[in-house]
Amino acid sequence: MATKASRSAARLMISPAVLLLLGWMLVPLCMTIYFSFLYYNLLQPGSGAWAGWDNYYWFITDPSFTDAIKNTLVLVSGVLLITTIGGLCAALLLDRPMFGTGLIRIMVIAPFFVMPTVSALVWKNMFMNPVNGIFGRIVTGLGFPPIDFFGQYPLASITFIVSWMWLPFATLILLTALQSLDQEQLEASEMDGANWWNRFFFIMLPHLARAITVVILIQTIFLLSIFAEILVTTNGGPGTATTNLTYLIYVSSLLQFDVGMGSAGGVIAIILANVVAIFLMRMIGKNLDA
Amino acid sequence: MARAVSNKTKTINTAIAGTIGFLMFFPILWIVVLSLKTEENAIRAPLEVLFSSDWTMESFSTVQARSDYFKHFSNSVIISLGSTFLGLLIAIPAAWSMAFVPSKHTKNVLMWMLSTKMLPPVGVLVPIYLLFRDFNLLDTRVGLTIVLMLINLPIIIWMLYTYFKEIPGEILEAARMDGATLREEVLYVLTPMAIPGMASTILLNIILAWNEAFWTLNLTAAKAAPLTAFITSYSSPEGLFYAKLSAASVMAIAPILIMGWFSQKQLVRGLTFGAVK
Repeated sequence: MATKASRSAARLMISPAVLLLLGWMLVPLCMTIYFSFLYYNLLQPGSGAWAGWDNYYWFITDPSFTDAIKNTLVLVSGVLLITTIGGLCAALLLDRPMFGTGLIRIMVIAPFFVMPTVSALVWKNMFMNPVNGIFGRIVTGLGFPPIDFFGQYPLASITFIVSWMWLPFATLILLTALQSLDQEQLEASEMDGANWWNRFFFIMLPHLARAITVVILIQTIFLLSIFAEILVTTNGGPGTATTNLTYLIYVSSLLQFDVGMGSAGGVIAIILANVVAIFLMRMIGKNLDA
Repeated sequence: MARAVSNKTKTINTAIAGTIGFLMFFPILWIVVLSLKTEENAIRAPLEVLFSSDWTMESFSTVQARSDYFKHFSNSVIISLGSTFLGLLIAIPAAWSMAFVPSKHTKNVLMWMLSTKMLPPVGVLVPIYLLFRDFNLLDTRVGLTIVLMLINLPIIIWMLYTYFKEIPGEILEAARMDGATLREEVLYVLTPMAIPGMASTILLNIILAWNEAFWTLNLTAAKAAPLTAFITSYSSPEGLFYAKLSAASVMAIAPILIMGWFSQKQLVRGLTFGAVK
């Protein structure tokens, strides 16, 4: 089928995409790496001297870097824990026979389609406002002193909001995987006397293992880059209580205009994301029969 | 499931799942309710809000009058549609050639394209920001359209590739045997079979572009801000703004919610790059 002419035509057709993505990846990447070795602050014209590893040194030894790494880890693992376990439960539940399956599924999945800034604002004001928010009213209604959610439990509050947004994603993917499970296998095991737990541990869970891994890896990639939810609710505070790595880099590059420092942070973020990406790429690659 | 299930079991399942569904959906439902209230009533206790009889569309018109809402709404429309169709224009030939004229590099090219999606945006924030500043692209719809097209291009190519791959090559060959020219082959054989896949690719990409909230927040100000960025101007700390915030939010999420409901199944394929189908 593939003649020589169609091969060169194919190469021509793919080249715009390849060139664009290559440019999009390489140009900024090289610039980030280059800037990270310069003393370069937009507020100090004429800066641009070679800095060696200084930016990295200052970025890593800054106490806010340690805080940011800690916050990133807590946020990512917290959301992963809630969404994976919650999503698994929700998927198992939605897979059961019931009335109005379509409607219920739509309601569970809906939060995924809400833009991050809207969900953050809605939760912040309508629910977590200490006085007028619904959570605030419940707390005071039960006779407790009002809770300032973003002041007292800032990271937990953001974890909660992000989990609400990502739970539908985990549910949807695990449900899709669950529905591709061979029903006859389940029925056969049931006839052999396996109870629900046996079936769950020995048939469903192994079948879902792959989908669960995919959920964890893809979510990690996206969760490492959480930004809007923090910007809208806490601005990284109080102090550095909700500053993750993404937000810290944003602060040093676009708020303090320290291009060198921000770029050094950017390189570190890229390295961290790549650790996860390698595993994800390997999984996707296995499934690709090109 | 093929097994007979008693109505009692079904009812119990429905009750549990329905409760969870309601809790997940409640915040969205609640802003719809608040958007139809006056500001004075929107901050009252939830039950009072629900049973006060002052339903009004006033907030929607106030939002438009006070902040030129539709300018930002149309920014969102232009940027998300523009980036999707621009991406499609580049992705269709690429996906077509990889699916129908595969070479030994095809897999590597696909994986490499995917790897560009793994790059954390913040890693290239500084250079993109500076390039945008130097080329006068900051706070322009053109600039944002290009960036969103580029970040979603790998997903478009991947989705199209998996859909094209499902079209049997024999059909195309048969058409060729019957004397169809390349133009006819593409127009009358390939396109009709590719339309469902293309439709869901378009849908998913509009959703992703509409909700993108890193580049839209960092590269726009007053002029080109789409709804993701514009809505943050409602982030004032206190005061009577629940109804207006709700009205603005409802209008911002409604179109995408509707699209999203239609594209549930394709979403899985698109977001897992074919790893889960």
